[in-house]
Amino acid sequence: MRNVLEQLINGLSTGSIYALIALGYTMVYGIAKMINFAHGDIIMVGAYALYVVSLLLHIPVIPSMILTVIICAILGITVEKVAYKPLRKAPPLAVLITAIGVSYFLQNLSLLIFKATPIPFQSVIQVPSISIGGLNISGVTLVTLIITIISMVILTLFINKTKAGSAMRAVSEDKGAAELMGINVNRTISMTFAIGSALAAVAGILYICQYQSLRPTLGALPGIKAFVAAVLGGIGNVPGAMLGGIVLGIIESMSKAYISTELSDAIVFGVLVIVLLVKPTGLLGKRKSEKV
Amino acid sequence: MKKVVSLMLIAAMTVGLTACGSKTEEAASTDAAAEETEAGEEAEGETAATDGEKFVIGGLGPLTGAAASYGISVKQGAEIAVKEINENGGVQVGDTTYTLELNFADDEASEDKVITAYNSLMDSGINALLGCVTSGACLAVIDQTYADGILQITPSGSAMGCTEYDNAFRLCFTDPLQGVTMADYAVDELGFTKIAIIYNNADEYSTGIMEAFVEEAESKGAEIVANEAFVTDDVDFKTQLTSIKATDAEVIFVPAYYQDATYITQQAKDLGMELPFLGSDGWDGVLSTVTDPTTVEDAVFLSPFLASDPAVADFVSAYEEAYGATPDQFAADGYDTVYVIKAAMEQAGSIESADLIAAMTEIQVDGLTGSVKFTADGEPEKGAKFVVIKDGEYTAK
Repeated sequence: MRNVLEQLINGLSTGSIYALIALGYTMVYGIAKMINFAHGDIIMVGAYALYVVSLLLHIPVIPSMILTVIICAILGITVEKVAYKPLRKAPPLAVLITAIGVSYFLQNLSLLIFKATPIPFQSVIQVPSISIGGLNISGVTLVTLIITIISMVILTLFINKTKAGSAMRAVSEDKGAAELMGINVNRTISMTFAIGSALAAVAGILYICQYQSLRPTLGALPGIKAFVAAVLGGIGNVPGAMLGGIVLGIIESMSKAYISTELSDAIVFGVLVIVLLVKPTGLLGKRKSEKV
Repeated sequence: MKKVVSLMLIAAMTVGLTACGSKTEEAASTDAAAEETEAGEEAEGETAATDGEKFVIGGLGPLTGAAASYGISVKQGAEIAVKEINENGGVQVGDTTYTLELNFADDEASEDKVITAYNSLMDSGINALLGCVTSGACLAVIDQTYADGILQITPSGSAMGCTEYDNAFRLCFTDPLQGVTMADYAVDELGFTKIAIIYNNADEYSTGIMEAFVEEAESKGAEIVANEAFVTDDVDFKTQLTSIKATDAEVIFVPAYYQDATYITQQAKDLGMELPFLGSDGWDGVLSTVTDPTTVEDAVFLSPFLASDPAVADFVSAYEEAYGATPDQFAADGYDTVYVIKAAMEQAGSIESADLIAAMTEIQVDGLTGSVKFTADGEPEKGAKFVVIKDGEYTAK
């Protein structure tokens, strides 16, 4: 029993990272109606940015984290302006392929600058692990979980309660009508990307504190898994992304522990297929009726 | 026929370039001469003016990527040996004195890249092949080296299949032999009876060691209480470690490369586990990738070479002077392999590939990794050495 609980905590620890990444995915999809496949690589940029800022430039931990988030937000806006904005009226497939292109571009750029050799990186989050009834939960896992929950709540409140949030929802429903109502569509979409990328930066920081090794491809697999998590929870739905991430992490950990390590990915994707067959909009997604 | 034509073209081209006086191109034309005598005759005339003949050793190993540390070490170790031999007058084969030259190509430890890298080495002309550094790449290229009939010595490719053909030899232990040696050591010397294993089941090196280890340990009466698998590029091992935590294991055996070992030992510490670790020779280099050396404290792994050993002090100081780093076992393997090739050249009295290969079983080389002889199967005969990590340093066990 204790072992099952420990495995649950392991699932929670990977799941909370997936959830944090999925929040960014789902937010960009929900507002800009595009799947930003470069999201995983922004995590990688965040991780390397933290390494450069804190270890090479010797800036203290908290300012360097803030700087990392700013760097990624600016990167997100730049990518949107350069790669996605000219394609705003193009078919969704063109945008999707461009996003994959951006993803490869970022990976290869960091391969060029930092080389492929993994760089060890000491965790900057020094929180002692706690133990409840003999169960050991590491500090980084706790911090990740708390930050994910806080991000989710703030993001939901921001989208639903603020003026900028209303603008985002309006843009997501109908760009043309929103523009007629005096909403600056370009600025709203830029802001969406800035927030999404800032979330990716936070995920990158937490990822690197958990695994302590930098590689140019570190964002690729978590990016895909988080995309699955976002779809599982209902893409476009913020609490759904959180739920999807945690569920995914737990399924993965449980199948690794009790079924088979090699099959764990197959099981994860199998669950996705089943959920989509039964409830095509995902766990928390709502069916939207097309207005005529 | 096509090959002859293309070689003729290469020779013609290099001769043309030699006229421009470039030194490296001179070397290339000699290679072409060695490979294709007919086409090379005119080229030889051009290079007769240079000091002696060149014998080019082609090298293959990862210089970038996750296994780059191995390839870079082998390359640098081999460079030291080549420099030493050339400074001492080169290699005397019959009446001719050869200077050695190393042409090392990056295979990224990849099954695809290695073929391209090998082909470009062959095109530029090599007399013997030092490589590959990793087993996977080695297995991918052996069919081709056999077809080309070139002498191939892998410094560190430990999968059984690496020496499948007559032209291939290895300097290091095989995977199964490593597994057996580690099992004997864990059970007989260290007295462990309940052993947990974490291995990469997408990797031949890791599974090869694991299978032999399990068989040997069980035959000695030890119990394998957990046998957990992972796949290449996994970064999260907490699930496997948690499963091991639930058993009464006394030690964890991790036959894997240092990057995996880094994640595993770090996460074991995060989970509050204090079991000792045993590793395979892939662990060498682990101290430069861990962020906290206490995570690998007391870990024991198999390694044929230890830099703090006084017997190898000359090599270590030459290496440190040249590259500003302490050599590891891969550097020593690279160094020894060059001396093995030298011994084979001297024994054969010729640089024809077939003669070199025939000479391999007749030589004995006193290298940094011990005194080594080769069997007709291409396997080395030498003793085992163990390394333990104490106070963040590799020390002899």
